Amino acid sequence: MLTVIIIMASGMILGYILREKEKLIKLTEPVITWSIFALLFLLGVSVGTNELILNNLDTIGLTSAVLTFGAVSGSIAVAFFIDRMFFRKNEK
Amino acid sequence: MKSSLIIVTFFICGIFAGLFSLLPEFILENDLSSLALYVLMFFVGISIGADKNAWNIVKNARFKIVLVPISVIVGTFIGVGVVSMFLSDITLKESIAVGSGFGYYSLSSILITQMGGKILGVTALLSNIFREIITLLFTPLFAKYFGKLAPIVSGGATSMDSTLPVITKYVGKEYAVISIFNGTVLTILVPFLVTLIMR
Repeated sequence: MLTVIIIMASGMILGYILREKEKLIKLTEPVITWSIFALLFLLGVSVGTNELILNNLDTIGLTSAVLTFGAVSGSIAVAFFIDRMFFRKNEK
Repeated sequence: MKSSLIIVTFFICGIFAGLFSLLPEFILENDLSSLALYVLMFFVGISIGADKNAWNIVKNARFKIVLVPISVIVGTFIGVGVVSMFLSDITLKESIAVGSGFGYYSLSSILITQMGGKILGVTALLSNIFREIITLLFTPLFAKYFGKLAPIVSGGATSMDSTLPVITKYVGKEYAVISIFNGTVLTILVPFLVTLIMR
């Protein structure tokens, strides 16, 4: 995690230095898009090659999915009110 | 929606490539996903660093920004608590421990395996991977229907790295700062919360 922070901080410093070179900065968009695709492909590969995950996918998978549903919908519900009360009134 | 479908396609192709060993050994032996993540983070860093308005939102949202990770913690615990009533093979305590991974599946599953056994560890791994995948896939929908904070709180601890690029793409670079703040705070809290709950 620290490595990721250091790498991103270096990117931010470089981006700040190059902030007036708008054409160069625009080149980051396709790199970001294709890195997302590559990461998702590799995430798929790690699921496809992990026997522990594959053999127990049915039962553990269902429990996990229900828990994720609860976690994500709970977070979004609370954040929805926080957004309404504290964030949106400052926009526009 | 179009880019979500492309993302699903890449993920499914990856599973099949892994299942049928379609990839040369060097891809499996080397941790290419962290390499891809590093490349990604570097370029996301550049795009944020070059954005002149990116930090303005933080100046106007100093107190508010703390509410975002608090929403994730409170919302996750409530949501997981409610659904655990319908699950027979997992206790409330175990459910909350799994939830407090906030998408940080590598660390939370290691900790939970240590303290709660292999099955709970795998549950934590899958559930938190699902949290990351759901955020990657549904960020466009969440941003459209539930507001700009929705993809960020859905991402949890991952909102600072793996889900940050897609979040930034749909909520704008101004909110990327909130996303990084949220992810950073939660990432630091994960080991403490998991340990406290499993104790």
